[in-house]
Amino acid sequence: MALNLIRKLMVSSLFCFTAASASAETFVFTAIPDEDETKLVERFKGVADYLSKELDVDVRYIPVKSYAAAVSAFRNNQVQLAWFGGLSGVQARRLVPGSEAIAQGVEDEAFQTYFIANTSTGIESAEELSALEEDLKGKTFTFGSKGSTSGRLMPEFYIRDVFGAQPEDFFSRVGFSGNHTRTLRLVEAGTYQVGALNFQVWQKELADGNIDTDAVQVIWETPPYPDYQWTIRGDVNERFGDGFKDRVTEALLNLDDQALLESFPRSGFIPASNDDYEPIRKTAEEIGILD
Amino acid sequence: MLSSPTVRTSLIFVAVALIGLLFADIAITASNPWRDLGNFFLGVVTPNFFSSEGLMTALLRTVAFAFVGVALGSVCGFLLSLVYRFLPVRVFCAVIRAIHELFWALIFLQFFGFHPLTGVLAIAIPYSGIFAKVYSEILDETDPEPGRLLPPGTGTIAAFLYTRIPDCWVQLRTYTAYRLECGLRSSAILGFVGLPTLGFYLESSFSQGLYSDAGAMLILFYVLIATMPLWVKPKLLPVYILGAPFFLGEGLPIVWGNVERFFTEDIVPSPLRNGEGLAGLIPWLNDLMINEAMPGIWNTVILTQIALVATGILTSLAFPLISNHFGGPVRRTSGHVFLVIARSTPEYILAYILLQLWGPSMLPAVVALALHNGGIIGHLIGRQTNGIRLRPDAPTGFNRYSWELVPRVYRSFLAFLFYRWEIIMRETAILGILGIYTLGFYVDSAIQNIRFDRAMVLILITALLNIGVDILGRYIRRKLALQTMPTC
Repeated sequence: MALNLIRKLMVSSLFCFTAASASAETFVFTAIPDEDETKLVERFKGVADYLSKELDVDVRYIPVKSYAAAVSAFRNNQVQLAWFGGLSGVQARRLVPGSEAIAQGVEDEAFQTYFIANTSTGIESAEELSALEEDLKGKTFTFGSKGSTSGRLMPEFYIRDVFGAQPEDFFSRVGFSGNHTRTLRLVEAGTYQVGALNFQVWQKELADGNIDTDAVQVIWETPPYPDYQWTIRGDVNERFGDGFKDRVTEALLNLDDQALLESFPRSGFIPASNDDYEPIRKTAEEIGILD
Repeated sequence: MLSSPTVRTSLIFVAVALIGLLFADIAITASNPWRDLGNFFLGVVTPNFFSSEGLMTALLRTVAFAFVGVALGSVCGFLLSLVYRFLPVRVFCAVIRAIHELFWALIFLQFFGFHPLTGVLAIAIPYSGIFAKVYSEILDETDPEPGRLLPPGTGTIAAFLYTRIPDCWVQLRTYTAYRLECGLRSSAILGFVGLPTLGFYLESSFSQGLYSDAGAMLILFYVLIATMPLWVKPKLLPVYILGAPFFLGEGLPIVWGNVERFFTEDIVPSPLRNGEGLAGLIPWLNDLMINEAMPGIWNTVILTQIALVATGILTSLAFPLISNHFGGPVRRTSGHVFLVIARSTPEYILAYILLQLWGPSMLPAVVALALHNGGIIGHLIGRQTNGIRLRPDAPTGFNRYSWELVPRVYRSFLAFLFYRWEIIMRETAILGILGIYTLGFYVDSAIQNIRFDRAMVLILITALLNIGVDILGRYIRRKLALQTMPTC
C-alpha cells in the first residue's frame, strides 16, 4: 500500500512538474511589495499588458510578499525584470553579474523620505532633523519594510548620523510596518507615534484625500537621494532574442499611458545606470545592511 | 498539597512565568484597539465571499498542498519509523521536526523559488520527522504475542504486516487523519511567505483593513476543517492524493543551478566565503551570537514560558465549557464552537490578527498561543471529563469543578501541557517573523538582507533550543510519571 502510494505520487508529481516547465518562455517580472497589494496588482497587470503588446511576448507579473523574495526571484532567474527600490536594486545587481538598471522614474533621481508624526505628540515640523532630537527621543517609531530604501535605509542612516545612536536605543520601540501604506495608517492611528515613509506615497494618498491631516503630519523631509528603478538580467538577450534588452528599455522609456504612470505615481521614465545608485550602496555598507 | 510533586512543578512554572512577565514587553500600543477589534468582528459577521476570484483557487491550493505534503510526510515518516531505534535516525528526525514549516519554506524559497515543490517539501519534511516519532511510538505499543505464534521461517515483512500493523492500524489511521488537519493549517500559513494558499490572500486583505474579505476567508477555512469528517473518507483518499498534485498550481520553473549555489555559496559563512578563514569566523560568530542569537533566545524563552502558563490557565477555564458535568446543551454547543474556532485557527494567523489590532508587543503572541493551544488541550480534557462518573450526591458548580473534576484530570492536563511545550516554543520562534523580537525576527532580518549564512545559523540555534525543551519536557513527564497519547 505504502509503495503503491509512493509510486502514484511520483508519477503524478512528474506530470505536474513537466506541465510547469512547458511555459518557460514567458517574460516574467516582479516588483517590491512596497504598497497595498491590490494597488500593486492593478498597476503591474497594466504594465504586463503594455509590455506584452510592445514586445510581442507573453509577459507575466508575479506578486511577492517581501523585498527579499523579489530579489531572490530575480537572482534565481525566475523573473527577468523587476521594479526595485534603491537598496533592493543594489542587492540584486550585486548578486546577478551583468544585470543592469535600465530606467527610473523622473522623480527617482531626487527621491525623499518623509518623517511623519501623530499630531497627539505635538511635534512641529522642522528644517533640520537635529532640531527634533528632544521631541523624538523615547517615542515609538516605525520603519516600513526591513529591505526598503525610503522606509528603512535612508531614515536609519539619518537617525544614526544626526542622533549618534542606534534607532532601538534612541526610540522606546522600533517596528517594521511592512510597507509605506501601513506606516501611514499605523502613525495615523497612533499605534506608532512617529514613522518614516516614501514621499510619493504620502503625496499620492494626500491628493486622493486618504489622509486625516488632523491626525498625522510631516515633520521632516530628508535630502534627496536616488531610488526606484527597473533592473533587467544580463542574459535576457540569449533567452528572448538579440536586442531584447534594448526593446524592453525602449518600451519602458516610451510608456506614456497617463493612468498607468499615475498609479506609480511617476510622471514618466528616464534612462538609468548602475552607477546612479553608488550613493545607496555606500550608505547601506555604512550602516551594515550590505557586507 | 505542596507535598505533591505535580503541584510543586506547576508552581515552579507559574513562578518562572511571573518572573518572565517582569522582563516581557506586554502592552497594547494601538490607540484605539477596541474599535479595530470591533471592526474586525463586524467584518467576520458581514463576510464578503466574492471579493477575489482567487479565493476559491486559494482554498483548493491549500487543500492540495496539505494532501501532497502530508501524504509524502507520512510515507517517509513510516519508513523512518521502522529504523527509528537507531540513534542517528532519531537525531535526524529530531532536527527536521524542530524546524518549523515556515522556516523550511523560507529556505526552499531561496533556491526552488515559487515552485510547488517549495510548499510540498516545507510540509513533508518536518511532518516526516513527527510521523517517524509517533508511528514508532505506536508500533512499539503493539502486542508482540501474535508474532511469536508464527511458524518459523515466516518472512520479516509478512510477519510485520500481518502481526504488528493490524494491531495498531486504528491508531495509525486516527493519528494520520489528525495530522492532515494540522497539514491544512500549515498549508494555509505558507501563504504568508508567498505560496499561493489561503494565507496569501488573508495577509493581503488584512493588511489593507478589508475585514469582510478576511472574515470570509476565515469562515471558509473553519468550514473546511469542521466538515473534514464529511469529505475525508477512506475510499476517497486515493482520489484526493492522486489528484492533489495537479492542483498545486504552476509556480515558476526551477533553475537547478540555484540549488547548488545555495549549498556551496549562500550558506557558507561570509568570512569563509571571502577567504578570511577561521580568524574571520570567530568574530563573525561572536557578533551573530551577541547581537542576534542571545536576544532572540532570551525573548523566545520568556515568551514561551508565559504562553505555556497562559495556555494552562485558559485550558482550565475552557474545559468546563464542553464538559457534561456543567450547564445545558446550549452552553455546551457554544463551548464546542468556541473551542473549534480557537484550535482551528493557526497560532500564526491569530497572532497576526491580534498584532494588527493591538499593535506590536508580546501580548498578541501570548494570547494567540494560549487561545490555540488552550483550545486543543481544553477540548481533550473536556472530553476526558465526560468519561468520569460522579456520585449522584456529588457537589455541583464550583465545588464540583475544583474538588471533583480538576484533581481527576490534573495529571493528563499537565501531560498535555508538557507535550505541547516544545510545540509552543517552535511557534514562538516563528512569530518573530511578525515583528516580535524572538528568534524568527532575526532569521527574517537575515533573509531580508540576503544573508542566508546568518539565517541558517540562527535556524539551527532555534532547532537546538527546541530539541532541548523537548528533552526537558520528556524528562519532567517521566519524572512525574505522566502519560499521554500524542496530539498535534
